[in-house]
Amino acid sequence: MNRINQLFQRKPKDVCSIFITAGFPNLNDTVQTVLELERNGVDMVEIGMPFSDPLADGETIQSSSLVALENGMTIDILFRQILAIREQSQIPIVLMGYFNPVFKYGLELFLKKCELSGVDGLIIPDISVEEYELSYKNLFDNYQVPLTFLVTPKTSTARFEKIKNHSSTFIYYVSSASTTGKTGEFSAEQLIDFEQMKSEEIKLPVLMGFGIHDSKTFKTACNYFDGGIIGSAFIRSRKEGKPIVDFVGEIKGIRTETVLR
Amino acid sequence: MKYTIDQNGYYGKFGGAFIPELLHPPVEELKEAFYAIKNDEDFKESYLNLLKDYVGRPTPLFYAERLSKKYDAHIYLKREDLNHTGAHKINNTIGQILLAQKMGKKEIIAETGAGQHGVATATVCALMGMECKVFMGEVDIERQAPNVARMKMLGAEVIPAKSGSKTLKDATNEAIRFWINNPSTYYIIGSVVGPHPYPEMVAHFQSIISEEIRTQLFEKTGKVNPDAVIACVGGGSNAAGAFYHFLDEQVDLIIAEAAGHGVETGKSAATSILGTEGVIHGSKSLLMQTEDGQIVEPHSISAGLDYPGIGPLHAHLIETKRAKVFAITDQEAVDAAFDLSRTEGIIPALESAHAFAVLEKISFKNQTIVINLSGRGDKDLSTYMKFL
Repeated sequence: MNRINQLFQRKPKDVCSIFITAGFPNLNDTVQTVLELERNGVDMVEIGMPFSDPLADGETIQSSSLVALENGMTIDILFRQILAIREQSQIPIVLMGYFNPVFKYGLELFLKKCELSGVDGLIIPDISVEEYELSYKNLFDNYQVPLTFLVTPKTSTARFEKIKNHSSTFIYYVSSASTTGKTGEFSAEQLIDFEQMKSEEIKLPVLMGFGIHDSKTFKTACNYFDGGIIGSAFIRSRKEGKPIVDFVGEIKGIRTETVLR
Repeated sequence: MKYTIDQNGYYGKFGGAFIPELLHPPVEELKEAFYAIKNDEDFKESYLNLLKDYVGRPTPLFYAERLSKKYDAHIYLKREDLNHTGAHKINNTIGQILLAQKMGKKEIIAETGAGQHGVATATVCALMGMECKVFMGEVDIERQAPNVARMKMLGAEVIPAKSGSKTLKDATNEAIRFWINNPSTYYIIGSVVGPHPYPEMVAHFQSIISEEIRTQLFEKTGKVNPDAVIACVGGGSNAAGAFYHFLDEQVDLIIAEAAGHGVETGKSAATSILGTEGVIHGSKSLLMQTEDGQIVEPHSISAGLDYPGIGPLHAHLIETKRAKVFAITDQEAVDAAFDLSRTEGIIPALESAHAFAVLEKISFKNQTIVINLSGRGDKDLSTYMKFL
């Protein structure tokens, strides 16, 4: 059984998933970062494959992607790093990245290597559900590396049905119509959206991402859904050199002495 | 029609809509609105009226006698340089601003490289009383100061794109990011690029160019079709417009793309030769990228051709060998610009000069050809002055 499905069976709520940029801040940090996140109680990691033109990302992930590319990060290096992680860890790993580098690599070869290296799922935000049905579903069906789709408060019911049909691990709920890395509190309107989403009939677990940056927003994600995904806030803490144990502690509300940005 | 878009938004294997879920609602809204007006007579009438009274269309089809003699051919110039704001770009912005108005939009955003599309967008926003934000790479803002001033005078806000290489591709990224964060704004894309329906829509609004060419050529020569049409391609909007009504005819379609310092020099924008299949700014096309699929920064002396991709229609025309491509170096383009200036008394935009340089590459002996003179050269004087 897929490690993501196993995770949700074992831990159906308060799932903490953290996004890291592969090869950031240094090329070979990926393995240690993932292992340390796991040691500190993070349940799942999303590893971002850096791209020169990350359209849906705010400044934090844009700049970490550029640094990673300058460090020489590539998809092949990432597969080797994942193999190294797998020697020591069974944490669920989701690769996240834009379609062009994957397409250039060759989607089939990419899926094959994901399977071989122990990747559990993929998030490719610019493959819409329509393009997936049109050209890529058949390939994905041959490999055990399912795609997770993003759902936003503005996703129509009909599309959401389609997305549910094509999903097998979890639904990625985007908290708001924005690029990544927003740091405010959730608005009253957003909470109404969350309530609406919570009332939907969904068989799969739902994780909320975009704008989860402190214990309060993480707690909101856990209250409404099955857990939260933290990206930009973690990248910022890496830049500042904050110990991972402190960051994870603060997000989970175990330590609260430091004010998070 | 063999070269029209299919129901999924593809020209052959190129096109589609590779967009994050966040952009799906505004793109869907746009698609519905565009198809509602595409064949609507009232909309067409408002569009054509503005093109006539405000833009100054139809633009002339001019028989270039001295140039024809020089190259032993019958050369006609489609004078898009005589449009209001100095280039073909306004055909598209007029169409899209009318659509935006119909959709009840209040705020417009656009990307720009050299500033021509930015000026054309700022112009129609002023005309319609709409708010306008233009994203422009920080590097381009420095290079194209007169156009920045024009946009500001027209009341637009020019927002510097500081990410990446700070040029057109990054300005486009920033415009898309702004759109994600503000989905109720209307995004006027300036070329036949972007997610479906943009490539089709921009080609539709630019198709007025070939519609006029057909009528004018028939009036002047009694011929239904020319033997060839030549146009420059960056993203490809003027070429899409000039080719549109000839796609299924016995007409040679010739693309001039920017070779920069030379195709092999690493400082080039020759996408058809250097590009490979990939996804850029929401559509599948040909683009310049590294082996790892990272998008490469192109080079051309002309800011309007300085784009790492090409519209999906053109990728399809190239792939199926329907269009022939010539890569023109910076120097060849400048030479052609000086030649046209001194032969016909017309200073062309650097982009358009690439199309004229094709005359040196192949013989059109006794043929009737149309060159799309997509813009005038005033904006490029500081570059031309270095060669005087």
